Amino acid sequence: MKKAILYINQFFGQIGGEDKADFAPEIREGKIGPALEFAKILDAEITHTIICGDNFMGSNTDEAVSTILDMLADKEFDIFLAGPAFQAGRYGVACGTICKAVKEKYNVPVITSINEENPGADMFKKDMYILKGGNIASKMRADVKAMAGVANKILNGEEVGSADEEGYFARGVRRQVWRKDGKPASERMIEMLVKKLNGEPFETELPMPKLDRVPIAPAVKDLTKARIALLNTGGIVPVDNPDRIQSASATRWGRYDVSGDAVLKGGEYKTIHAGFDPAAADADPNVITPVDALKELEKEGVFGSLHPYFYTTVGTGTTQAEAQRMAQEIIPHLQEDNVDAVIMVST
Amino acid sequence: MVKEVEKAGFPIVQMCNLIPVAKTVGANRIVPTISIPYPLGDPATTKEEQWKLRYHRTKVALEALATDIKEQTVFRV
Repeated sequence: MKKAILYINQFFGQIGGEDKADFAPEIREGKIGPALEFAKILDAEITHTIICGDNFMGSNTDEAVSTILDMLADKEFDIFLAGPAFQAGRYGVACGTICKAVKEKYNVPVITSINEENPGADMFKKDMYILKGGNIASKMRADVKAMAGVANKILNGEEVGSADEEGYFARGVRRQVWRKDGKPASERMIEMLVKKLNGEPFETELPMPKLDRVPIAPAVKDLTKARIALLNTGGIVPVDNPDRIQSASATRWGRYDVSGDAVLKGGEYKTIHAGFDPAAADADPNVITPVDALKELEKEGVFGSLHPYFYTTVGTGTTQAEAQRMAQEIIPHLQEDNVDAVIMVST
Repeated sequence: MVKEVEKAGFPIVQMCNLIPVAKTVGANRIVPTISIPYPLGDPATTKEEQWKLRYHRTKVALEALATDIKEQTVFRV
């Protein structure tokens, strides 16, 4: 039989309540607390239960994680479980933290269950399967069942269904599947369109995630004095692509000097973007990065001055996390040169 | 990327063709371009027409940066 190890907090580990929340991690042979409920339905033997106080994990995270990873070093296990954590904030974050660390170090599947109001859900939902758990501990049986459902599929080598089917938080992972009904996209589109035209409800296959908004930055007060920087996600680079920016799913960016008399010419610059026909931009890179127009507008005094570099990455297939990081790396260059405002051209 | 830059306090204008995407993602200042492969100059038109279009839309983008807005705005070109 395959083997599993479960992580729980001091409360479910029957050590104590808040007064024992700084309980240092311990590993016990056998099943404690929720492990007994898992044992009824899990297709694996829970060989050990790890107990750690929520405050200990929260305040001494590095120590707690490394202690637990050391405890696991000589154990054999096919899957690692944590929780369920319900709406207990520190417990949810603890489950996410330890699951992520165990997955990275031992490369085993990890599963937890956290309520959607628990910050741990948002923090870790992209890193692992997190079942959408109940809000209070009386939901234990249902939450354990949902976790065991996904766990058993993994243990038995079966395919794990979509987030909706299995009840975990969508992870932003795109996966190709063969539809059971074999219905092609064209037919599904037409059906959706007909429903829309008839004013009937329909379900999109590409729901847009609800995203946070950024407060509107105040406008530039005097454009004629403003320093402007140009960014693009259209992949305009010198022809030898010196920064080796990827043509899709980019993790790298570059900046290229266009100060003085520099012009963007076909043959010297090109696009490496793999998401569209590059012919037009290869012939004249200004159609994506309008350096020629900006220089003319600068000369005419429409704005103060152009930041000497333009910045490039490729937007196709690039994850939001990578885009965010690249922007964060670019920003200090803009701040250092007292840039006032930014133009982003995206393709 | 647009949101990160704006979070850092810079007014930023996004010039793009896929306006609904920019709106959904949360760009605050948006100036439409004419296509994905050639946002600012259709190669089927003359060099002069391309230049006019590019000069015009880039100027609109600059002016957008100097325009106070209260909500997400797609600027007219």
